[in-house]
Amino acid sequence: MSNVAGVLCFVEYDDDGVADASLRALTFARSLAESSGSSLAAAVIGSISSSVLASLSLFGVNDVYQVASNGLDVYAPVGWARALGELIESSGAGALVAAGSDRGNEVMANVGASKGLPMVANCLSASWLDGSSIRLSRQRWAGSLIEDAVLEGVPALLSVASDGVLASPVQTPVATAVHEWQLQANETDASVRVVEWIGRGGGVALADARVVVGGGRGVGSEEGFAALDELAGLLGAAVGVSRAVTSAGWRPHAQQVGQTGTRISAELYLACGISGATQHLAGCRSAKHVVTINTDADAPFLSRADYAIVGDLSVIVPALVSAIQARKSS
Amino acid sequence: MNVLVCVKRVAMVGARIVLTPDAREVDVRQLGFTISPHEECAVEEAVRIVERRGGVVTVLTLGPPEAAEQLRDAASIGATQLVHLVSDAREWSPVATAEAIVEAIRHLEKQSGPYDLILFGNEAADTGDYQVGVRVAHALARPCVNGIKNLEISDESVRARREFRGGDELYDLTLPCVVAVKEGINLPRYPSLPGRMRAKKMAIEEVPVEWREGALHLERLRVPVEPRERAEILGNGADAIPALIELLEQWGILA
Ligand SMILES: Cc1cc2nc3c(=O)[nH]c(=O)nc-3n(C[C@H](O)[C@H](O)[C@H](O)COP(=O)(O)OP(=O)(O)OC[C@H]3O[C@@H](n4cnc5c(N)ncnc54)[C@H](O)[C@@H]3O)c2cc1C
Ligand SMILES: Nc1ncnc2c1ncn2[C@@H]1O[C@H](COP(=O)(O)O)[C@@H](O)[C@H]1O
Repeated sequence: MSNVAGVLCFVEYDDDGVADASLRALTFARSLAESSGSSLAAAVIGSISSSVLASLSLFGVNDVYQVASNGLDVYAPVGWARALGELIESSGAGALVAAGSDRGNEVMANVGASKGLPMVANCLSASWLDGSSIRLSRQRWAGSLIEDAVLEGVPALLSVASDGVLASPVQTPVATAVHEWQLQANETDASVRVVEWIGRGGGVALADARVVVGGGRGVGSEEGFAALDELAGLLGAAVGVSRAVTSAGWRPHAQQVGQTGTRISAELYLACGISGATQHLAGCRSAKHVVTINTDADAPFLSRADYAIVGDLSVIVPALVSAIQARKSS
Repeated sequence: MNVLVCVKRVAMVGARIVLTPDAREVDVRQLGFTISPHEECAVEEAVRIVERRGGVVTVLTLGPPEAAEQLRDAASIGATQLVHLVSDAREWSPVATAEAIVEAIRHLEKQSGPYDLILFGNEAADTGDYQVGVRVAHALARPCVNGIKNLEISDESVRARREFRGGDELYDLTLPCVVAVKEGINLPRYPSLPGRMRAKKMAIEEVPVEWREGALHLERLRVPVEPRERAEILGNGADAIPALIELLEQWGILA
């Protein structure tokens, strides 16, 4: 399939280098390029640091476009999408890939809308069938369901599921050629852009917490969370909750785990009084160890956890707190 | 202020997704239906804006005849104009959905004036395409931002907040504009009994729409193989605590 054009991947980064989600997108994009023996290119908006460049060669990027523009160094979805749209054309790419992050999906939707192309979100794998169609798998229901499908037409626009692809570098880093690319930004390009960023201090961020203590409807009340808070304090954990809890107003939505809440990737998720609906489980698929406490031995969570304790959390959680305290003071 | 909210009827899948024998659809025979929490919040946000600033909340859905139920749910918390683009039960592509919504908006705006603000959910709960709002905004040449968890409205513009790397980033958009919101922007109210009664009787403007083929051709759906099958029971009640503590030590969580 030598007539198939290359794959271009939009790469997000911060001061620490390429974002994890973009490393996964690069891995996905490389496997798509390999399926037709074509090359992998990347697009970076702003200036490429040495650590970003090192990651790109580690992930098999042959060419990278460094996009400079007047005023679009801050995130501006319409302008960034126009830059990528022009790059697809001038590089002749057959597919554009991005991470399925807020920005990745938004930029891809803008590319699709402005160029009149379909966009497929949250893909897990893809390979060329021929020069103009791709067989792919993608997530539905935040990953609780998978769709196998064929996408007709080029260039293909694909975003990559954030919790469905593992980042894997190539065996030997490749030489990455850097190309400068200039975008003349117009007024529309900058009509939507980040005007300010405000940091939020304090507390362990749920998405990055190493341990999450979860509470569901089974906690019973706002006051019922006191014991879970205490346990979380002892374990250096963040508290995560189900939608039943946020809907009842017991806890803020920022603590919700799940499809319409936060996706956690903790070493341990200790889920108490949560039944295990698919939309909740969609938020803890990346947790390494899952332990659940439930009065109902038939609750669905018990078939999605590593360990379970059957019983009343209002007894078990305080007893666990005492046991940990006793252990610490001895 | 005239606010339009677009909502989608989706099956309320529970603990396990069951597929039809041909594996092309979710078996919905045992299931209830709802709109996504993101869209519920979009309706609530629109109602709050109009309560503060005056105006009209219109809710629009594209879906089968049964989707009228979701319009009435939105009406029960305060929407007063209901528009139903009535289709058959086939699944629509996001491109076709956006096209049909744009046609409807052009028609509605001729009838009753421009919408200052059009709200979407960040993504539909079932297909999760992350794009219908953006496509509609482009076609109408209006600015658009996604993933919004806080919205401040003034006469000419909106200030929108979205979470980014442990903080919030701010966007300023001039009206009219399009905003896709996420759950957490507000806590939707429960419908009152009078609200429900009113919603039952409310007129729905019905517009028939023709299904169009998309570019993504479904071959089959499958439920992913889960890494975990069945939890090992550590014990009953507080008797299980020593076993749990041992695990916490083993995993390096307790030193
Ligand atoms: C589109 C969509 C998106 C959604 N997104 C999310 C989401 O992001 N996050 C989310 O969580 N949900 C989400 N939901 C809701 C989800 O479907 C469930 O309704 C919700 O997760 C249920 O919460 P729960 O497990 O706390 O409550 P329940 O299902 O009521 O379960 C309570 C559990 O507690 C147990 N229990 C009761 N008392 C005790 C006790 N004393 N000790 C121990 N156990 C006890 C019960 O046996 C039961 O298993 C979404 C739904 C939809 C339709
Ligand atoms: N059939 C539909 N009818 C009305 N609004 C829809 C429909 N499908 C999608 N939307 C809206 O578009 C948003 C994004 O959907 P999607 O791009 O499909 O993930 C949803 O949250 C809804 O607000």
